[in-house]
Amino acid sequence: MMTKPKSIPLFIGISLVVTISITMLISFFYTPYDPNEIHSASRLSSPSAEHLFGTDNFGRDILSRIMEGSQTAFLTGFSAVSIGLTVGLVIGACAGYFEGWLDELLMRFVDALLAFPGILLAIMLVSVFEPGMGSTIVALGIMSIPTFARIIRGSIIQYKKFDFVQASIAKGAGSLRIIFRHLLPNITSPILVAASLSFSGSVLAESGLSYLGLGVQPPDPSWGRMLKEAQPYITSAPWYVITTGLVITLMVLGFNLLGDGIRDSNDNRA
Amino acid sequence: MKLNLATRTLTALFVFILLTACSNTDGQNHEANGSNSTNGQENNHSSAEVSGGVVRIAMSTEIDNLDPYVSAATDTMSMMDNVFDGLLDTDESGQLVPAIAEDYDISDDGLQYTFRLKDNVVFHDGSELTAEDVVYSYEKLAGLNGGEPISSQFEIIEKIETPSDFEVIIHLKERSSAFLAANIRPILPADYDNHSEKPIGAGPFKFESYVVGQELKLKRNDDYYDVDKIPFLDEVQFKIMPDPESSILAMQAGEIDIIPGISAQGLLQLGDQVKTVSGPQNMVQIMALNNSVEPLNQKEVRQAINLAVDKDMIIETVSDGDGIKLGSNFSPAMDFYYEAGLEDVYATNIAEAKKLMKAAGYEDGFELELTVPSDYQFHVDTAQVIVEQLKEIDIDVDLKLIEFSSWLENVYTDEQYEATIIGFTGKLDPYEILRRYVTDYKRNFINFEHAQYDERIDQALKATNPTEMARMYKDAQSILTEEAASVFIMDPYRTIAMTNGLEGMKMYPIQKFNLEDVHYTE
Repeated sequence: MMTKPKSIPLFIGISLVVTISITMLISFFYTPYDPNEIHSASRLSSPSAEHLFGTDNFGRDILSRIMEGSQTAFLTGFSAVSIGLTVGLVIGACAGYFEGWLDELLMRFVDALLAFPGILLAIMLVSVFEPGMGSTIVALGIMSIPTFARIIRGSIIQYKKFDFVQASIAKGAGSLRIIFRHLLPNITSPILVAASLSFSGSVLAESGLSYLGLGVQPPDPSWGRMLKEAQPYITSAPWYVITTGLVITLMVLGFNLLGDGIRDSNDNRA
Repeated sequence: MKLNLATRTLTALFVFILLTACSNTDGQNHEANGSNSTNGQENNHSSAEVSGGVVRIAMSTEIDNLDPYVSAATDTMSMMDNVFDGLLDTDESGQLVPAIAEDYDISDDGLQYTFRLKDNVVFHDGSELTAEDVVYSYEKLAGLNGGEPISSQFEIIEKIETPSDFEVIIHLKERSSAFLAANIRPILPADYDNHSEKPIGAGPFKFESYVVGQELKLKRNDDYYDVDKIPFLDEVQFKIMPDPESSILAMQAGEIDIIPGISAQGLLQLGDQVKTVSGPQNMVQIMALNNSVEPLNQKEVRQAINLAVDKDMIIETVSDGDGIKLGSNFSPAMDFYYEAGLEDVYATNIAEAKKLMKAAGYEDGFELELTVPSDYQFHVDTAQVIVEQLKEIDIDVDLKLIEFSSWLENVYTDEQYEATIIGFTGKLDPYEILRRYVTDYKRNFINFEHAQYDERIDQALKATNPTEMARMYKDAQSILTEEAASVFIMDPYRTIAMTNGLEGMKMYPIQKFNLEDVHYTE
């Protein structure tokens, strides 16, 4: 009875993420149609048994393109989180463990990074380099560094005071050993929460950038660019924006609920 | 309570979806109506012309300068064209007709142009337009008064004579049949140069006011010299509206009467409220093939690409069917110089294309980098269709989107590209259009090299009578097709939307809003 309300978001989150992940995996082997195949005869046809989500302005099957686009979404999300997590982990762990001037220096750097509105920073980076999948991933990765750095630093400072850490310091264990063997395993849960939130944030930011024409470039499929392409047809072919927008929403919602769920169930234990 | 809210939201959403679905079917009916009216002239001619009224026109770009000799923006020029008149003007087929000039002669050696001016032309400030003003204007354009030449078309002028107040003789340095079309440039009053603030011309409308970023107001010129063409309208307001969606909404709300370039989707949204004038705009959309890079330097490969690209399909998908297929770098909008029949020389034929690829030694295809300016969704969409079409003959197209400014630098100027998609805007003079392919022309970024072509263009320039000139230009077009210089895709239609009750808007081979004939009906 007590755990039920808390597990519902987690359950929904997991099912959404699993469904979308499976769809993504399937898209490697099978899509209903070739996502890039153009059929001028059946342009902008509404959802039907033949085309479940309808077709776009080129007569391409929207479902197939959404499936193909999920690869891009996962790839950018995953890579951005990896970059952000790796760099954030190094910064956060150093700052949190050693404290002192190094902490000051690193955290002020992170503050500076955080002072930029994320999407603006990404737009700037993408315009400096050439727009494309690579620079989008790097930009989104940099964008997510501060979050990871702060969370990891905070948790490390928190756990450092515990006796078992103090004990291993007294035993003369090396810093790396303490960080990796004793501290990190204890803070996986906040990292997981941050990672899943940052993942959905990256997917959303990638869509935003692509919508502005700065992110993933054709012919790589992207949900954000699909939205952009759908915009002129918002009144004549509303299914195009609705299906694409819905999928982005579900993906982001799924990862957010997953993150929230992990945090909640964790609180429950504590 | 909470549940209640959720139910209500859901219901609202449902109603909304239903409504959009309804309006959507409505829209499709309108489209069917609309497509009847496209192609050529305006629909339902009614006769009752009403004098007076105000017309509000949505313009998508800001005015760069009101001075016609300073302004470089096509939109600005087409607005101010109503304020200024030149010696000549153009009609709907691109033929030159006298405006301020009564008539003109060209000497047999083609070096001497004599213009006789109308004697009743007055500027908006009341002063009379005489030969002196023409000399002032042309010397300024040609840089003969010590300044930099403003227009390269006028640099060819050697000297200007004025035997009388209403006669001007222009001597050219060398023969050029292209000079005549240059005479549509505005004539300005001598020794007045405050046009940026208060432009004064001799056109059918007078400048009234201009608010930066908002609107330009013109008033009818009751003293216009061509009595038959004194405008019906009292006032014209050009409203600057950079966002196409907001101009459509404004038209829906009745705040705008004319949208000069409207998308098919915009028309769907406006439905019955508007009628359209639509036709070729003398633009040439091409997939330019850099003739100097491997393997595009082989004619067979270029021909194979031409055979593989299905232009009808591009027009259907990218332009909603509103475009006319081209076969050479020339639009039928300029009827007189247009060589018909070239558009079907490379009718889509994959088998034939594969044969040519094999003959060229590219049986297994190759990789082709297609650079497209990302600012133009139209070209990006075209590129996406072409990528698919060229897969048929195993050409693996790598789409590269770049900003228009870098496109101008890398592709247009430095010629660092393999293939690109771009639209050439209409010019009134066939020479300006076709000289792009002359071997030593510096903007020949396609790197087309063909001695016979250069010869034809030269002959056209030296031609004395229009028929011979047209024949040379037509020959030149055939050479471009024969050599498959590039893939000449289409001339997308320009569609002008007008509120019901307005009539008289015409299409020209250059962007021109001739508002003299626009009028309300009963």
